[in-house]
Amino acid sequence: MPGTLIIAETADGAVAPLSFELLAAARALADEGAGSVSALVAGDESLAQPLFEHGADAVYLAPAGSLDPGYAETGAGAALAAREAADADIVLMGQTSVGRDLGPLMAFRLNTAVAMECLSLAIDGGRLRAVRSCYGGNANAEVTWRGDVQIATLKPKALDPLPADASRSGSVTSIDATGEQRVRVISTEAAESTGVRLEDAEVVVSGGRGLGDPSAFEMMEELSQLLGGATGASRAACDLGWYPPSQQVGLTGKTVTPNLYIAVAISGASQHMAGMAGSKNIVAVNRDPDANMVQVSRFAVVEDYKKVVPALIEAIKALD
Amino acid sequence: MNIVVCVKQIPDPETPASQFAVDEAAKRVIPAQGIAPVVNPYDPQATEAALRLKDAAGEGKVTVISLGEDSARDAIKHALAMGADEGVLLSDPDFENIDNFQTATALARAIEKVGDVDLVLMGRASADWDMGVAPLGVAEQLGIPCVTIAKSMELDGDTLTVERVLDDGFQTVEVDTPAVVSISNEFGEPRYPQLRQIMLAAKKTVQVWSADDLELEDDEAGEDNRWLALEALYIPQVESNVEIIEGDSPEEQAQNLAHKLREAKLI
Repeated sequence: MPGTLIIAETADGAVAPLSFELLAAARALADEGAGSVSALVAGDESLAQPLFEHGADAVYLAPAGSLDPGYAETGAGAALAAREAADADIVLMGQTSVGRDLGPLMAFRLNTAVAMECLSLAIDGGRLRAVRSCYGGNANAEVTWRGDVQIATLKPKALDPLPADASRSGSVTSIDATGEQRVRVISTEAAESTGVRLEDAEVVVSGGRGLGDPSAFEMMEELSQLLGGATGASRAACDLGWYPPSQQVGLTGKTVTPNLYIAVAISGASQHMAGMAGSKNIVAVNRDPDANMVQVSRFAVVEDYKKVVPALIEAIKALD
Repeated sequence: MNIVVCVKQIPDPETPASQFAVDEAAKRVIPAQGIAPVVNPYDPQATEAALRLKDAAGEGKVTVISLGEDSARDAIKHALAMGADEGVLLSDPDFENIDNFQTATALARAIEKVGDVDLVLMGRASADWDMGVAPLGVAEQLGIPCVTIAKSMELDGDTLTVERVLDDGFQTVEVDTPAVVSISNEFGEPRYPQLRQIMLAAKKTVQVWSADDLELEDDEAGEDNRWLALEALYIPQVESNVEIIEGDSPEEQAQNLAHKLREAKLI
């Protein structure tokens, strides 16, 4: 019986949280009849247990580093071998620096297609059916595969991981990564970020082109720091050079799902919504009552941010 | 040095949501009235990258290829006006509504037909379907390596050094040419076509190649032969439950918001 293979990633030597979201997706497909769930991870045997606990039935171990960003050619070798060993006809991975390259490489080598950045997956007539966002989030597309193997990357934070179940276990098998690596990685460096990581922040304050002035981001930072959160920006503001691209929230930037997202002078073009629509509570500060961001908010202040945000900072300080 | 740049004409991604419409039966986007299609926003950066390499080398030829309907000529003309040397339009009824696997196959055949290509540059994704699959597909079909999401690059002999953007940082890689590189928005502002160049571009030739010219098999093109079948296309529904925070002054509105947020235990 065929099954699902997920490509797990690691961060600082541990299984990355997105891998557990992939396992949750694979388990849901298994419940719909998609067969057993295997996971491929690069590193040592200590990585297997957390994968079992979050839903894997079998774990394949590739050499450490073979699924790092930039090593998609090596990673494809490992992933293709694991897929064959696991007899998987569905392969899931994250829409990450790894998955963006690995998904298409695997698809072209297996003569099949890949659906990128899927929002949800289902089994329909024994085959995978995926929903993905397109046209900058203006439309959703539902797709199916003609080829035997169905490959998809999943948008981060699209699904919640399953709670860990310490009683779960399974088999561990080592896999060689034999892909020819023609791209030579010289160096990898982390982006400089000040304070809380955008994707992990419980509060995000973002500014858009409507701020009208790059120095207004100091105000955004003051508010986000006061709330213990991170500062983001829309694509338009980043393209203008007002804020670093690493802090961009949106279709071509980061996906965030904080408890509180404060959007200042952001109209809510689909490009931006794609990166923050999963926020639990949205607050808009915008002069335009018809702005899309105001419509999707829980609370909105329809006023000039230059008057509202400094007063909000003082009002929050006065609360304590 | 022979460089190919692949470009695409798409519906304007800044089209307001209120003017965006879908024909659900035909599974197609209905073009918004009065909003012309535009060059995919990442593509002028790919053309810019090619022109910078050509300028640095002091020689070379930049060929721009686009697969699409007749409006794709505008994407080609834009690249020619920036300074690209020749254009090729891949046009065939069998190219309508094909998927990125099929597009990559057609582009790869066209690049082989151009011949002796050292470097293929493309935007990191097209902003309509936003998959970013075609650059890797073209590379696989040509049997050459691919580096994605480049923010800068330098060519020294046959060695290309590329700085690429990762989710959480940057990476420097080297690759031997021929190779495919996809270019990101971080590459920097593309040059703006000057009037004289626009006039010159009008005189540059744009060849038109069909599926037959590319010697594609019958099952390699055509909407019915998609590898990723489009089952449905629709506009997702959003409901509004917004509470507008009132007040006699912006200061009072801000205070009321602070209290609402505290009541809801959000701060």
